[in-house]
Formats: sequence, C-alpha cells, structure tokens
Amino acid sequence: MYDVLIIGAGINGGLLAQRLSKYNLRIALLEKDNDVANEATAANSAIIHSGHDPKTGTLKAKLNVRGNALWDDLCKELKVDFIRNGAFVVAVNDEEKLKLNELYHQAQERGVPSRLLNREEAILLEPNLSDLVIEVLDLPSTGIISPWEVTIAAVEDAMNNGLELFLDHKVTNIDRKEGYFDVTTPKGVFQAKVIINSAGLYSDDIYAMVSKQNSYKITPRRGEYYVLDRAIKPVVSRTIYPLPSEKGKGVLVVPTIHDNILIGPNSDIITNKEGKDNTSAALQYVKEQVAKTVKNIPMHTVIRTYVGLRPSHLEYDFVIEEAKDVKNFINLIGIDSPGIASAPAITEYVLDILSNMVPLNEKTEPRISRRPWLILNRMTVEEKQAMFEKDSKFGQMICRCEHVSEGEIVDVIHRNAGAKTVKAVKRRVRAGAGRCQGGFCEPRVIAILARELNIKPTEVLLDSDESTILVGETKENLA
Amino acid sequence: MKKIEMICIVCPMSCHLEVEKNDDGSILSVTGNSCNRGDGYARKELTNPTRMLTSTIKITGAIYNRLPVITSSDIPKGKLFEVMKALASIEVTAPVKMNDVIVTNICDLGIDIIASRSMEKVN
Amino acid sequence: MKHFELIIIGGGSAGLSAAVSAFENGVRDILVLERDKELGGILQQCIHNGFGVHTFKEELSGPSFAERFINLVKEKHISYKLNAMVIHLNDDKTLEYVSPEEGYNVIKASAIILAMGCRERTRGAIAVPGYRPAGVWSAGTAQRYINMEGFMVGKKIFILGSGDIGLIMARRLTLEGAEVKGVAEIMPYSNGLPRNIKQCLEDFNIPLFLSHTITKIDGLDRVSGVTIAQVDESMRPIPNTEKTFDVDTVLFSIGLIPENALSEEANIEMDPKTRGPKVDESYQTSLNGVFACGNVLHVHDLVDFVAEEGRKAGIAAAKYINSQLEEGRFVNTLAKKGIGYIVPQRIHPVNLDKTIELMFRVTKQYKNVEIVIKNDDEVLRVIKKKHLAPAEMEKVILKASDVALCQQTLTIEVVEEVA
Repeated sequence: MYDVLIIGAGINGGLLAQRLSKYNLRIALLEKDNDVANEATAANSAIIHSGHDPKTGTLKAKLNVRGNALWDDLCKELKVDFIRNGAFVVAVNDEEKLKLNELYHQAQERGVPSRLLNREEAILLEPNLSDLVIEVLDLPSTGIISPWEVTIAAVEDAMNNGLELFLDHKVTNIDRKEGYFDVTTPKGVFQAKVIINSAGLYSDDIYAMVSKQNSYKITPRRGEYYVLDRAIKPVVSRTIYPLPSEKGKGVLVVPTIHDNILIGPNSDIITNKEGKDNTSAALQYVKEQVAKTVKNIPMHTVIRTYVGLRPSHLEYDFVIEEAKDVKNFINLIGIDSPGIASAPAITEYVLDILSNMVPLNEKTEPRISRRPWLILNRMTVEEKQAMFEKDSKFGQMICRCEHVSEGEIVDVIHRNAGAKTVKAVKRRVRAGAGRCQGGFCEPRVIAILARELNIKPTEVLLDSDESTILVGETKENLA
Repeated sequence: MKKIEMICIVCPMSCHLEVEKNDDGSILSVTGNSCNRGDGYARKELTNPTRMLTSTIKITGAIYNRLPVITSSDIPKGKLFEVMKALASIEVTAPVKMNDVIVTNICDLGIDIIASRSMEKVN
Repeated sequence: MKHFELIIIGGGSAGLSAAVSAFENGVRDILVLERDKELGGILQQCIHNGFGVHTFKEELSGPSFAERFINLVKEKHISYKLNAMVIHLNDDKTLEYVSPEEGYNVIKASAIILAMGCRERTRGAIAVPGYRPAGVWSAGTAQRYINMEGFMVGKKIFILGSGDIGLIMARRLTLEGAEVKGVAEIMPYSNGLPRNIKQCLEDFNIPLFLSHTITKIDGLDRVSGVTIAQVDESMRPIPNTEKTFDVDTVLFSIGLIPENALSEEANIEMDPKTRGPKVDESYQTSLNGVFACGNVLHVHDLVDFVAEEGRKAGIAAAKYINSQLEEGRFVNTLAKKGIGYIVPQRIHPVNLDKTIELMFRVTKQYKNVEIVIKNDDEVLRVIKKKHLAPAEMEKVILKASDVALCQQTLTIEVVEEVA
C-alpha cells in the first residue's frame, strides 16, 4: 500500500515526488511512457515567467509570482541550471503602448520587478528589436530552465531517497475502495491511500476513471516552434514577448539555457492528444508574427521544429484541488502556461492539501543528494583530463556538435531514472541536439545503448516502445 | 532508320549520346561521346546491358562488420539481384587486402568479387 | 605546449591529400587529426565506384580511393591520430583535441589546414511538416548504417532530394531488398549526375517526382507514410496535387553544409555564400597561417577536385612555413549576375605561379549563355556555354599576368543572349 501515488511524471508529478520523498511516506510515481518528462514538459517555451501576465485574482497569477521566487533554491538543490535572463514585452503602436502601461501597473501591483523603457533605452540592451518597437516593459526576474532536465533531476533525486518510479505503466482503471484506491495498469495493480492526478493532457481521462460527474475536458492547444542553432552572438539575450492576447502570450523569441533560440509558439485548439505534428500553416504564421518583435533572426540556422501540446481545459484557471466528489483524490487539471513557472508553488499548494490526508513527518535520515550531471564541455582542460584519467570513455567524443563524450552518455544510462532510448540520451546530455541532429552521433549512441543495456542494436529505440530505428541486417530480405 | 538518345554511364561525365539504328536493328552510328568508351557503352547497352555492382559482405574480426566489394568487371544487368543473393551468404575473416579476390566466378558469370579495401584484424 | 609545423584537421580526402603534398614539399613535422576510428573520411561509406577518374585515371570505389591516399600517408610516415576530435580552435593557432588514448590536449602549430569536410542538411533545417518518428534520416547517415555497420534502415523508403547521394542510396537500398517508392525533387531538374538518374533510378523503375516536395511525414512511433505535393514557381506546394506513399522510412538528401564551427570559433572570416572561410589564391583564410580545402571550404561534386584542392593547400602551407608566401596587394573576386560564389575570394598576384584556377557555381540553370570575366570593368575572357547548372562546379584558369593587371576587382557574370 502506497501512501501517495502520483500519476504522470511531468514536471509537476516529478517535483511533487521529489518534495514528498522528504517525508516518511511510501510513494509511487506512475508514467505511461518509457521516460519521464515526455509530454508537455518536453515541448514548451521553457520560460520561468515573472507573473506579470495572468489575470488578476486567479490561481495562475498567485502561483506564478510565488513560483518564480522559488526557482533559485530549487535548481540549486537539484543541481540544474536556472538563468534569470530577463524578458521584454514590446509594444509596436500607440494602442499597444496603452496596454503595455496597464501590464506594467499590473506587474507593479503584484510586486513583480518591472520598468518601462523607451525605444532608445531598449535598443541599447537588445539591438535586434524590430524597427516597429516603440516601448518596452522590462521584466528582469524572468528566467529560463530546461523543464525536462529539472524533471529528470527531481525524479532521480526522489529515487535516491525512496521514490518508486514505474515507467511504461499506463493507468487503465481506478477503483475506489474503503480508504484506498486500486490503480490498474497492464503491469499490475497498485494500492494507494491518496492519488495525485498530474496526468497533464490525460488528466481528464484519469479523473473520469473515478468520477461520473466529470466536467473537465482537456482540449490540447498546439504550439509550434523553430529551434535555432547556437550562435556566437545570439540574436537576443532576453525573452521577447509581444503584447499578450486572448490566445495567450503570442509568438516569442526565447534564448535557452543551452544557447539555442526558440521561436514560437502559435496556439491552435485541437482534439487529438497525440496531434504533435508540425503544420506548414503554423510554421509560416510563427515566422510572420515574430518579425513584429525581433529583426535579423538567422532563419537559415534553424536546426529543428517541434510541437508542444498545452494541456489546456475549457476554463482559464488551473484546477488544483481535492476532487469534490472523490475523497483523497487530488486533481491537477488544465496546467497550461504558466504551469512550468508555477511548478514549485504548485508543489507547495498541493502539499498543503495533502497535509489533511496523510501525516507529513520529515525523514530523520540524511538525504542522498543528487549527483550533478557531468558536463565536460564546461570544465577546464585540467578537469577534463582528470575525468579522462579515471575513465578513458571521457576521452571518446561521441557528439561532435555539443561535445558529448562516451563517459557522459554511459553515466546517464546507469543513473536512477536513467536513459533507455536515443531520445532519452539526447534529453540528458544533448547528444544529437546540435546542428547535425544526430547525423554523426546517432550510430554511435545506438552502439553504446546496445552495449550498456545488453540488447541488440536493432532493439534500440528512438523514443516510444514502438519506435525501432534499425529494421534488420543488410541482405536479410534477399535470401 | 531510328534515333535513340541515351546517357552514357561509363564515367561521371554523363555524356548525352545519340545512336542511329538501321531498320534491321544494327547500329549505324554513335555520336555525342567524349571518348571511345561511350561508343562501346551505347552498343552494349542496346544489345546486352551490363552494370558494375558494388555491395558489402559480412566480415568478422575487422573494424566494421561489413567489407565493401566490387565486381571485377561489369555484369549483365539482369543478374544484379542474383549476385546480391549470392553475396548474402558470403562471410570472410579479417585480415583482407584491397583487391583480394573474395569469390571467383560468381554465379558462373566468369566474374570475380573483389575486396574494395583492406581491413586489418582487430581485437 | 607541444608544437607542430603543420596540423591538419580532418583525415578525409582533403586532409590526406594536403598532408601528402605538404610532405612532398618538404614539411616533415605534420600531424593529422581524424575524429573517426580510421582515416579516409566519408569515402569509406561511399562504396560505389566512380571516384578517381581525374586523380588516378581510373574508376575506383570510395574506399579504394581513400586507401591509395592512406597508403601514401603511411609510406611517408606522416603522423596521425584517430578518434581524435578537435573541440576548440583559437586565433593564436592553438587547438584542443581529445582522444581515448591521450585525453585532452592543447597543442600549437605554425600552420593549420582546415579539412573538416561538411555535414548534411537535415529535415529540421528545412522545417518539413509532420510528425518526428523513427525512420527519418539524412541519406549519408543511412549510408553509413548500411555500408559500414551492416544494418538496414527501412523496408519501404521514400527519398527527398535527387542529388547524387539520394540517387545512390535509392539503388543501394533497392539492391539490399528494400522497396524505394520514389524520389522527390523540389527543383524542376535533378541535381544529380545524369548517369546516376539512369543507373540508380531508371534501371530499377523508381519514379522521380520533379517539382515536388514532402508536405507531411506521418507516424507517431515509426514513419507510417509520407505525402508529397507539386510545388509552384516559388516552391510552394500546390493544393490538390498531393500523393501519399505507404513507407516506413524517409531519407533526406537535401544538400551539404561546410562544417565550420571551429573556423567560426577562431573568428575566421566566412563567406555567407559558400558557408566556408574566405580564402586567397593560396587557400589561406583571413587568419594568417590557417588554410582551408575541400568541402569545408565549399561543397564539391567530385572527390578528385577535393583532393586537388588539398594538394594545392598542402603546397601553400609548405610555402608559408618556409616564409615563401607574400602578403601585400590583392585583388578581390566578385560574383555578379548569375554567379553564386567564387573561390578564391581574393588573389595576391605576387603569389601566382603561371596561372590561377577560379571555381564557381551558377545560381540557376542556363542554356546557351556566355560567362564573362572582367578585370575591373575590362573584359578579360568570354566563355560560351551550352549548358550551366548549379549542381555542377565550373572552373576557369586565368593567366597570372592577366590577373596582375587587375587593380581592384575581378568579376564573373553570366550574360544571356540578347534576342
């Protein structure tokens, strides 16, 4: 019997698991896919918004402002990157200038660090703002993270401290019993006193397993993005927002913690929860829209496009509560933007709800803190050489674009919540995330995964369990 | 008389050839070729088309699992797949030297299969 | 810090050829750094024949061509390191490389030859709509799996791009038992050699769809299908011209990009047209003592020309080491109407022997035109051309004495016949 069972290993499930691993509780984290951070957490804008923009009086506004403040300590604890690179909201005409002023006052009222800059002041800081920009709202507390790295780190840290992670465990049924739940997966039935539904895009389906009066409906909002190659002089150093509209924050230009630039997203309401396909119409729209805010974008350095599905529902605000009709069942529904920025505050908020359901007694034994990722690319020659002298695999370069050694890849395969697929390796160490998109390193990564997992190269997966890469040996089909 | 246009595949020059055929099917002339090989190619292509075949065979004990090979001369176009099938069952062990004959008289075509590189024995 | 007279980055056809020629011109203290586990570069996966017609006067397979150069390097005892990746290059001609034998090393050279080759343009670079499942590759990666590692990448294949790599892969996959359902080319003509259209596609009845591109890739896990559509003159898909193919694999053969991360890191001046460094008649870049040759400089069609460029860069580096390269007055080359780029981008007349070879590409297909070369505004040479295509590199050899007369700019342009 688990005290708490979390469904969905996205950023909120992961951070909750990490927080709960500090208490004397037995916790299970169930994930339908073969890796954590595989849905909305893997594909979004990766921004820690300041909290200037959600509608006043909403949970979104409250948790975003609070969440923004918690990221420094959280990332320090998880030993992952967090950069407060700041953001500009730009106005391109007089009407927008008025709205920008309203936004400035809203930010001030919430205590969000902010100031207005005229064009001349702004251009000194971001020379590639478009010629249309006339006024700017500067939001220096805005930051960037890697949502999947945060999630992977959180789950690893939690597992070091007792969390049980079950990948490839898609929940198919939940039965309400006397004082507990039976949670069915194809790989077995789990019993838990409390369930946290952090299933993102599928949170409505999960809730429907326990409630007949389910009024929640997830309607994914698809956002499409371009990724630009790392550049010696990136086009912007801050996140650049247009003025927000009813449809969301608009098409952004976002530096990433890995020195790429993201351009996107659009926002299309779709019905297919697996509709992660890029469309030429949206890519065209993104390209046109971004020209309003930033110029000189080197579109010839695009290395990839991607799609993120925001787990939006019919209402504006987050739903974070004990289900009204199911005791000990906590819903996290409609956690779209600013879901990532708010995540540490969402953890606090859920913990507060949870404190009425299970006793939260802190563990007395010392925590086994997570080992930071080995990133040789950031080390001095002497430090790298010291790593090499311990293991020569740190001297075998595998990814030429992002400078990832074999030693780093082997390390992430054998950690808690370790990498089992080519994509999982890419998420953790960035092999294949560079300008050649795995053209050089993929055969080498496949060979390493096959060797370390003791499987055949033809069994190595790109991503999902059905995503076989190599279909056989040459001439097999000839005989 | 009949004119046929074709592209010479003897070398990367890819000359545009024009072949004039008599009514009895015999070849009257070949033009457009930059060298004599073009003439020969055109005549052969219309009577008995042939191709060089490059492929790989299995090798053990070498740096990779495959050894690239090439036919010692061009083979009838219609025999390409037959030779490929025959190569499927060939396996060699390193070391191999470039130009080593791997299979003699493959599929009774009077043509050999040649290693197109050397592969040393590795541990 | 260890010092070498000449360090060559890359042990493919350009780097090996440069090493041999530098040695033949008197340089002895040479180090070749190769990131793969053997010398030869991309030639080792190009198992088809057709290489060496110019260099060796015979047709060789890629590995055979490479082996001839590898043998020369070994006979001359030129030192080289394998699995040795250069990860940083600085403008003081120091560089950092790493290998599993030695770890991380910083070394310095009097002269450096950049011979890193190129990389493939990816599906991501052209933002092809659709899903991102397994089974989508650039053609060269698929070629490595099949020809070197011995793995099949798919059973039912569609290929975008009719350059030679795409065409050759269509034949290779077919011969290995896969079904190639078609090749689409966005241009109204193929960029491949006509002989490859014949022997790689027509021989196997593989359809070629000109003026078509991929508009969607389907498949959540593995590719399950691909949709192509005809494009209009501005390359936009035309509605209702879609065709769908049931395939499990899509290969992209959509061009090559010189691999210049290191050059950019060292602040070497780049030509946005070639995406390679700007060089002079001696293949010297904007950084004194750093030379570039082969596909890192500009993308070539034939390996013979890569090797030839390597040979010339090797000679020039040897001259530099012996302080025989002069600086001083130079002439710029300028690509005008119809010309995409010219290599070299500048010429020091003082360093020319008897002639200079200019390499260039046109921007589109032309028929019955003149290529006009001018010294400043004075016509130097007119060459009549029946046929010009961007896929074919053009060359012209000029007399050193003619170029010496040029004051500032040597231009090349395409002049169409006035009707």
